[in-house]
Amino acid sequence: MNNLALISKNFLVRGAILLVGLVVLATLPFYSSIFATIFLSTVFMYIVLTLSWAIFSGPTGQISLATAAFFGIGIYISATLGNHLPLLLVVLIGGLASTGMAWLVGSLTLRLKGVYFTIFTFGLLELMKYLLLWFEVSFTGTRGRFVVVVDYNTVYFIMLAIMVLTLLTAYWIRRSKFGMALQAIGQQEEAAEHIGINITLLKVSTFAISAFFIGAAGAIMATRWTYVDPYIAFNMNYSFTPVLMAIFGGLGQLGGPVLGAIIFTYLEQILITKFSYYYMLIFGIVMIISVLYLPNGLAGLTLQWRSRVMRGKYAHS
Amino acid sequence: MPILEGQGVTKYFGGLAAVLNVDFRVEQGEILGLIGPNGAGKTTLFGLISGAHTPNHGVIRFKGENITGLKPYQICRRGLARTFQSVKIFPNMPLISNVVLGAHFGTPVRVKPAQADEQAARLLEFVGLPEMVSKPAKDLTLVDQKLLEVARALATKPDVLLLDEIMAGLNPTEIAQAMQLVSKIRARGITILMVEHVMKAIMNICDRIIVLHHGEKIAEGTPQEIASSETVIKVYLGE
Repeated sequence: MNNLALISKNFLVRGAILLVGLVVLATLPFYSSIFATIFLSTVFMYIVLTLSWAIFSGPTGQISLATAAFFGIGIYISATLGNHLPLLLVVLIGGLASTGMAWLVGSLTLRLKGVYFTIFTFGLLELMKYLLLWFEVSFTGTRGRFVVVVDYNTVYFIMLAIMVLTLLTAYWIRRSKFGMALQAIGQQEEAAEHIGINITLLKVSTFAISAFFIGAAGAIMATRWTYVDPYIAFNMNYSFTPVLMAIFGGLGQLGGPVLGAIIFTYLEQILITKFSYYYMLIFGIVMIISVLYLPNGLAGLTLQWRSRVMRGKYAHS
Repeated sequence: MPILEGQGVTKYFGGLAAVLNVDFRVEQGEILGLIGPNGAGKTTLFGLISGAHTPNHGVIRFKGENITGLKPYQICRRGLARTFQSVKIFPNMPLISNVVLGAHFGTPVRVKPAQADEQAARLLEFVGLPEMVSKPAKDLTLVDQKLLEVARALATKPDVLLLDEIMAGLNPTEIAQAMQLVSKIRARGITILMVEHVMKAIMNICDRIIVLHHGEKIAEGTPQEIASSETVIKVYLGE
């Protein structure tokens, strides 16, 4: 009984904190600096990329490097349709186009195991980049495109909305039987299939759902760059950074990728502005240290610490 | 009508026939044993029935329906569950979650989370693992991991259960318990097809036995018939 009361109290407190946080974030542009608004939009973007990546790759252990491909699709939807359609519709189409691509790629390749899947997704990114480049040069006669400009507050609010949606989806999947089934697939795929889990459908649909948020984020963030070309849009950093952020933050819990994205984005900003010469060096060192000493990421560290405190409180008899 | 039957079931791996032209019939409610020397094709036959492999020739019917070529999850949802010779649990999940997953996904009907939890807890008790429900499955002994697989398979509410060597590596007391468990499962109205090397168990609890050798069926009959069959003795003991 006591435990139950504790849990529900915990739940209420956590809910209240989240709600206050959301209100603060939703009203932030009205009283904070332009810098904060722009910076936070970037943070939101990385949270979306990292969390979307973690929704699929976290439990299944199938490392996807297609994030930048889905992001790039969103960017190019924005670059081609941005002048003709309302912004929200463009963002929606950006998400749906990514979902469609993820569905197609997923149904073709998710039967690939381990490193083969990873390499295929990376190949997809490169393929799309150069295919698009060839298309632009041979048919449109240009290399890049101008993207419709949107004011930074609108970018902020849409990015916030996409982030909240991503969080809710990730939370729902984790809590549902489908989240459990994804973990089962990651741990013992053959057994998962033999207890009635339609592994192909579950993997493909999770992959496709997670791609929606990546594409939507690409569509709105593209407006900030005013000019894009295939190299900018399909930059492989958008595939690797989310993986690093998720590992740094910890994949075991929902908070891990979020924490990793926030800290990494902040670190990146600080390093680029203050130590631009050593930026990549310090980045690399942080990454190596976290992989060596934080196998479960930052979130794993807090969990360890909490369990130590709890053990003190309710000592095992 | 037999609940499960196979006609001319054949599976080649490369040029080698792992299972060759095997016919079998499993009647509702019986315990059918499947024996044979190592490499006889027993586990491959299980794989063909459960959908892990697709036969090159032959037909497998379950409750009168042709299930040849269906995916494992489809076969499971139709009411045919299995355990694995080399245990395949979900190592980092608690015992209860291992079983809950079977309850959620193993049947075509929707199960409420509370219901699934309750079913899983009851099944863990049924197989004799009631006290460790929140322990990660990898912390169990091999014997207990096999019992966990049985509980997980039962959670999918099967009509036919394929047990692949659940008694390998058990001591005599544990074998006696496992035999009791198999009888208890049959008492629930579940038909059992089991691969086993423990002859004492096979001879005692099976209604009928099929003997495979080099992928072919060489004998079929009651335990007494099999025990006195000259072909079987030749295969097991040499000439």
